[in-house]
Amino acid sequence: MRAGAIDRRNLLKASGAIVVAFAVRGFAAQGAVAAERGKRQPLAPDQLDSFVAIDRDGRCTVFFGKVDVGQGVQVAIAQIVAEELDLPLSAVDVIMGDTAFTLDQGGASGSYAISNAGRTLRFAAAEARRVLVERAAAALETFESLVETGDGKAWVRGSPERALTYGELIGEGYFETPLTWNGQMGNRLDARGKAVPKSPDQYKVVGTSPPREDIRENVFGDQAYVTDVRVPGMLHARVIRPPVVGSVPLAINPQSIARFNGARAIHERGIVAVFAEREWDAIRASRVLEVQWSEAPPPFPDPEQLYDYLDSAPTERSGDEESVGDFDAVVAAGERVVEARYEWPFQSHASMAAACAVADVKDASATVWTGTQKPHAVRTGVAKLLGLPDTNVRAIWVRGPGSYGRNDAGDAALEAAFLSRVVGRPVRLQYTRAQGTGWDPKGPASIHRCRGLLSSDGWVLGLSLLSRGFSRMDVAPTEADPRDTLVGQLLGKGSNSQAAFAIPDEPYEPAAKRFSWETVAPLVKTGSSLRTGHLRDPVGLQINFASESFWDEMAYAASADPVAFRLRHLKDPRAITVLQETARLFGWKPRVAGNPDDSGETVKGQGIAVCSRGDTLCATAVEIELNRRTGRIRPVRWAIAHDCGLVINPAGLKLVIEGNIIQATSRSLYEEVSFNRSNVTSVDWMSYPIADVTDMPDRIDIALINRPEHPPGGAGEPAGRPVPAALANALFDAAGIRLRRAPLTPARVKAALEASDEAQANAA
Amino acid sequence: MAHEVNFECDGKEQRVAVDDPGMPLLYALTDLLGLKNPRYGCGVAQCGACTVQLDGVPIKSCVTPVSAVEGRKVLTIAGLGTPKQPHPLQTAFVDAQATQCGYCINGFMMTAVAIVRDNPTASREEIRSGLSGLKCRCGSHMSILRAIESVTGADT
Repeated sequence: MRAGAIDRRNLLKASGAIVVAFAVRGFAAQGAVAAERGKRQPLAPDQLDSFVAIDRDGRCTVFFGKVDVGQGVQVAIAQIVAEELDLPLSAVDVIMGDTAFTLDQGGASGSYAISNAGRTLRFAAAEARRVLVERAAAALETFESLVETGDGKAWVRGSPERALTYGELIGEGYFETPLTWNGQMGNRLDARGKAVPKSPDQYKVVGTSPPREDIRENVFGDQAYVTDVRVPGMLHARVIRPPVVGSVPLAINPQSIARFNGARAIHERGIVAVFAEREWDAIRASRVLEVQWSEAPPPFPDPEQLYDYLDSAPTERSGDEESVGDFDAVVAAGERVVEARYEWPFQSHASMAAACAVADVKDASATVWTGTQKPHAVRTGVAKLLGLPDTNVRAIWVRGPGSYGRNDAGDAALEAAFLSRVVGRPVRLQYTRAQGTGWDPKGPASIHRCRGLLSSDGWVLGLSLLSRGFSRMDVAPTEADPRDTLVGQLLGKGSNSQAAFAIPDEPYEPAAKRFSWETVAPLVKTGSSLRTGHLRDPVGLQINFASESFWDEMAYAASADPVAFRLRHLKDPRAITVLQETARLFGWKPRVAGNPDDSGETVKGQGIAVCSRGDTLCATAVEIELNRRTGRIRPVRWAIAHDCGLVINPAGLKLVIEGNIIQATSRSLYEEVSFNRSNVTSVDWMSYPIADVTDMPDRIDIALINRPEHPPGGAGEPAGRPVPAALANALFDAAGIRLRRAPLTPARVKAALEASDEAQANAA
Repeated sequence: MAHEVNFECDGKEQRVAVDDPGMPLLYALTDLLGLKNPRYGCGVAQCGACTVQLDGVPIKSCVTPVSAVEGRKVLTIAGLGTPKQPHPLQTAFVDAQATQCGYCINGFMMTAVAIVRDNPTASREEIRSGLSGLKCRCGSHMSILRAIESVTGADT
């Protein structure tokens, strides 16, 4: 970020706190810039100036109402804007995540950064160019149709030597141009001007692969994270959670921690916190503070019986059903029935670090520094919690440990604000590892019942899939309502639980299908360490694990090759292309049955699965190496064909796809929240293991299917979705065992192998 | 009661006063000296986000008592090189666009620096085994590995 852009917009330096401006290009100019946007308040979604600014030096600042959680979306946004404005990419800066400067475009969520927020910024940038052309025509006394633009300048066709820079055209002013706004905020916000954006065949910047500059800052130790924010007068805080979910603090003994340089403690309803000037004192105090907890009955079911519990617990809500064709008629006519049930555990975000937030609450205003994906939701949530108007709260996103949905960052932001009000000083709250893994919102556990009706000639006549699980919205996808945060619940604000799951998003077209879902009630209404919410591709992995494992099972039941069998039931040309391209890239070896090999300790297998998610399609194939002695699965190589429509930044996209595959591999092979009757017991990386560098494949081959004619879909989540089923299908190929319960841990695989060997021995 | 610890950090002499010599080095670096890294990740030496080098050896600063660094040399990622004079691994990490959220970088970078120093032609397997146990939650392992392999030649 160059200072010029800041000055031009009357961005004033505030004192004493870190605010980060994000430079897309230019290492030297970025850094900590504290800023107040001047005369353009309040931000209005129907005003071009709310999205794009150009200063007298011709630099462009984009005000992006989402954040980047490590996938480089700010680079793609800058590319889109540079493209439409005919600016060099180096002249574009992106500011994101500060509620003082950006409108609520939904934060990081739903893989919508490019498809939705990018669309509005594309229209905004095109409109900005249109206004500049209009002004250039007036200044050069010509027709708009004769004005050409390039490299931040405008000129009359044939006279580029008399060009005016954008800076000269905008001068000290603003665009002062209205947009047509659809009245929505968040992901649905859509605003457009009169200008028609370029057609993809004119693109020069979109489709290239400029790098992220924030990685450079990080490798030189110069990047500020939310953990680095310091505010004058700040106290370090730690909180203490109940040993048994539902237990509440009855009393604390502040004297028990006075020896740590005057560390203090507070107790208010369900919240117990300690404070100290120095962080180590806060940590030590939190470990020894004497707290008297109420007796509480252990609230959770026997973990060994989790899936039986899901089967037998009363249905809380039955979701909307998708029905195609006459399923009952197909049941009557089906010649062969295939049935299977799949199970998926609770999973934790387990972010690289537990959440940290800094809050400075005054009498009538508050500022919160947070690593949340959704700073606008933090603003609203803090305002509600403290009883302040939204406009008096500023939430500033500072990069945090990566997050993948509704992790603990929002909880920490609201809790820091609460604590700052209680102690009357700025507070830096750092959750512990045990709190980060043990008390973050969890991805819901679920079971999935599949039923397929096959014809004698190998067609799926009917397919049903019923998902039954805990809600994906026991806590909402945002922290905008304190009832959706742990602090709000522990303070007795109640619950805002919504019952929601999802049905498969499948590209196949059997004659009849019936997809539906049911939820069971949360195990505990409020203050639960097993409250459930959005974890990356919410419930997408679990449903696809079931549906794509089941397509394999149906294929083999029909004695068909899994690829050929799927292709038989596809009509969408994009789906057909990703599947065929994946099989080709992988070197798929057709087969009509599993290919178990017990010749040695290490055997190999291949598996494939397809994903449709919104406007994005992909298929992924994997070759695994199975150690029959230990039960360990290692993916050796992946191949994926990925179609998310128009590709903005191919190299960045490939990294996003890789990250999706690796993280989903971890969730497929290792991740499972453990708990006992009282509380969650997976609280660190030993009790909640994730994939390690030694689990990495040798390579990941990626084919990007660029479709310039198709608007960009999302890429932040789809590539992970088919990973669990691809691995389970490869395991079946390698060893002839079908694991229908995730994760496919070494212990579970080993037990299944032993059971299979025993069954074979008995049969023999 | 204050206990003084003198050490060198990224080439500068540092002195911190603590009442608990058992305080982890991490808090001396971040809370007392105000350095932006290393970072708290787990506090129990399971992830690597807090990694620094102590006399050239990668250590987890979240479990290393500050008293253990008396008179010794601490190196953080910020002391590794500068944009003008980068360590080859810093260049390689940028070229490979190696991280996503980047919170984990201290573990991978500071460990890789030691691996490459001790074994400049480390193979793919040697690199993987040397990095074993470090956590990256975003799944950016592949690009991290590519960056390191490009320095040791294991990618050719």
